[in-house]
Amino acid sequence: MLDYLLSFLILTGAIFTFVGSLGLVRLKDFYTRLHGPTKATTLGVGCLLIASAIYFSNREAGMSLHEVLITLFLFITAPVSAHMLAKAGLHLGLPSLAKTPEEKIPEKDNETTKTLTDKKTAVDQ
Amino acid sequence: MRRLLPHPLLTPILAGIWLLLSNSVNPGQIVLGLLLGWAIPLLSIHFWPDKVYIYKPLTLLRYMGVLLIDMVLANFTVARLILGNPGRLKPAFIVLPLTLTSDLAISILAISITLTPGTVSAQLSPDRKHLLIHALNETDADALIVTIKRRYEIPLKEVFEKC
Repeated sequence: MLDYLLSFLILTGAIFTFVGSLGLVRLKDFYTRLHGPTKATTLGVGCLLIASAIYFSNREAGMSLHEVLITLFLFITAPVSAHMLAKAGLHLGLPSLAKTPEEKIPEKDNETTKTLTDKKTAVDQ
Repeated sequence: MRRLLPHPLLTPILAGIWLLLSNSVNPGQIVLGLLLGWAIPLLSIHFWPDKVYIYKPLTLLRYMGVLLIDMVLANFTVARLILGNPGRLKPAFIVLPLTLTSDLAISILAISITLTPGTVSAQLSPDRKHLLIHALNETDADALIVTIKRRYEIPLKEVFEKC
């Protein structure tokens, strides 16, 4: 019974991790490619870690809770690295399918941005 | 007190992490964990200029539950978008006006945005008033902003900032 549960968790984890990596190939520009690794992999790695925790808690005496720590670090570091990559991409002006937001984000003060974003929404409408 | 124990919250958290890392609850490990939890905040005080309060711990717990559910859903959404037709996606940059002021709350909001459906936080404006978000497939930017504000920003504001 336990074996089936573990195999199910490991397979689900592997599938989601694979889909996340597949996103790198199938998506078209740098920014959309960031989405695959940051999201599809969290569930994938999560499933693998749950499977690992169950397996080692069963095999050895006592609980195995290293996995909780791995999850914690993963959830903290994955978004931060994605944020830094996106920021670097914006700084370098990489080609993007979406409209690049140079005029949207305030570089200096609030006043100019407000008018710019207002203008932008007016144009969009 | 402030000099001896600059971050009362950080001490038990670090001790807990130490116990997880050592994978045991020996009294010796607990003492060592508490010692580390006391020494590390003392040594790293310059990186934590602001004091951290949690005003509503229960709201924080509920927030974590909501986030966990959203993360699982996000995985399915993104997996479907990747396996579907990536050529038809409409990625967009969206500016989210922030009402949060505490650094920690903004960081947690940015992390939550990245972990949830189809959005990655990309840049924080230097004046900390706007957060730039990249959405994978966005049809209604205003609805997305309203959802983020209601689901994440308002609970975080309640938890970390005095209203």
